[in-house]
Amino acid sequence: MFGFSRTQSIAFVVMVALIVICPYVLYPVFLMRVLCAALFACSFNLMIGYVGLLSFGQAAFFGMGSYVAAWTIKAWHVDASIAIIFGGLTGAVLGLVLGYLAIRRSGIYFAMITLALAQMVYFFCLEAPFTGGEDGIQQVPRGHMFGIIDLNNDMAMYWVTAAVFIGGFLLVHRIIHSPFGQVLKGIRENEPRATSLGYRTDDYKLIAFVLSCTLAGVAGGTKALVFGIATLTDVHYSTSGEVVLTTLLGGLGTVFGPAMGAVVVTSMENYLAQFGAWVTVTQGAIFCVCVLAFRRGIIGELGALFKISL
Amino acid sequence: MIMIFGIPGPLLFGQLLLGLINGAFYAMLSLGLAVIFGMLNIINFAHGALFMMGSFAAWMLLNYVGIGYFPSLILAPLLVGIIGVVLEKLVISRLYKLDHLYGLLLTFGMSLVIEGLFRNGYGSSGLPYRIPDILQGAVNLGFMYMPIYRGWVVVAALVVCLATWAIIEKTSLGATLRAATENAPLVQAFGVNVPRLVTLTFGGGVALAAFAGVLAAPIYSVNPNMGDNFINTVFAVVVIGGMGSIMGSIISGFGLGVIEGLTKVFYPQASATVVFLVMVIILMVKPRGLFGKTA
Repeated sequence: MFGFSRTQSIAFVVMVALIVICPYVLYPVFLMRVLCAALFACSFNLMIGYVGLLSFGQAAFFGMGSYVAAWTIKAWHVDASIAIIFGGLTGAVLGLVLGYLAIRRSGIYFAMITLALAQMVYFFCLEAPFTGGEDGIQQVPRGHMFGIIDLNNDMAMYWVTAAVFIGGFLLVHRIIHSPFGQVLKGIRENEPRATSLGYRTDDYKLIAFVLSCTLAGVAGGTKALVFGIATLTDVHYSTSGEVVLTTLLGGLGTVFGPAMGAVVVTSMENYLAQFGAWVTVTQGAIFCVCVLAFRRGIIGELGALFKISL
Repeated sequence: MIMIFGIPGPLLFGQLLLGLINGAFYAMLSLGLAVIFGMLNIINFAHGALFMMGSFAAWMLLNYVGIGYFPSLILAPLLVGIIGVVLEKLVISRLYKLDHLYGLLLTFGMSLVIEGLFRNGYGSSGLPYRIPDILQGAVNLGFMYMPIYRGWVVVAALVVCLATWAIIEKTSLGATLRAATENAPLVQAFGVNVPRLVTLTFGGGVALAAFAGVLAAPIYSVNPNMGDNFINTVFAVVVIGGMGSIMGSIISGFGLGVIEGLTKVFYPQASATVVFLVMVIILMVKPRGLFGKTA
């Protein structure tokens, strides 16, 4: 239905089963963090894996989504679903504006431009009154979903987060396997040829970028509800770096790679947190190892080992 | 007191000088990035971390060995340059056959490791580095008081930038370098050891960053994050200037520093973002950058 192959269907069922079972075994708040990171990584993977553009500014969309969702639910007391939608819309609008500028260049320049534009967003958030500057937006209430589900219950929040993640995951998969997605892959492989076939490649790239940013905004909005906080860390470029690491470690351009990467990176942060800056050192070292010896990532290597596409 | 556009003269000139100093660092860092990019085709994300290492090298030389500021100006770039050469030989050289983006990712990872290690060793609060006695104090220029050290930084940076430009544009070594940038296999066929040239270029670019780091040590406190604060702006400077020309990097570096300084006078809220706004405008008008030649 979503263009899954047989093995991918099995992997998907396993993933959903894990999502259902895990909250009874592990701490739900930690799992929600994994799910938000996974959705964020899926959104990034859509750009790097299928359009071949490395955006080093994804934190701008994630962070602004997080700020706007937090602000709407705190100031306007809207429904949680509306707050998350606002988060996504913020990502979309910002993605449209910044993407319009960034897709004028490709390759390394695209990465640098997205990084610089995201840095501009960061400085904006530092100065703008509604973000609370260094303090961020704190004590954001989770509120209710659709007016009836009380999200202050961790399990209720968990199921909502899980639903958002699975929805986003399937959406990305559907996009990739649509005719639109095929054109994107064509652009990645040979852009001049796609142009000569009559495709407006810039339009395709921009639409893909906006979709990616929308999902990043949704991930940010959901994260803001889960933790009740939106801070400058969400828009900082280290967050952009982290999502690159997550996807690279899981496997660029694989279906399940971003989710796998999110599990590993988030767990690592969680268990290494007591060692302070060693987290950064470890992350950097993993980056180097991945690039030098392990470019297909965990899922990509597994797929190559068993000769299947995951 | 002189007033210019309703702004007191000393304030205006003071901010201009601060802008020139920031511009000096932008110019030195973007110059290094451009030189490295020309030869290696990678964006060195670790440039900020190596700049920081230059600062720390000066601090360590002073506090552990007792070597003062002026010898450090030569020794620290040499030490960090050697580290750069080792990194290039051991790690970066493995990536030349791959997509350039892997070089970006690798050097980003390297910067995380370097900054993390320094943060573990020295904390994030920053270490003081004293201005050498001979450069202490200020001179009265008539329209403003100029701290001597700040003037020295601008002059030293300008000299180093112009020297780099002269080496690349006017010497035979520079001619070989430019030729290798254009067509490496052909230059190799003429008997030039291109891999060694590439290594030396990387070492040179890194040494430039470290030199900037030593100059920065007395102005900013020596801390593991000092490269972070600069490098994102420097990327914007590189996009604005385009990486095609050496002189372009120097001019856009200083120019943007001055624009930033002026913004601090007239509209302080935008001073952090103005470089990025300029980048947006340049992207709309001339996507290849002011001095860019290639796409």
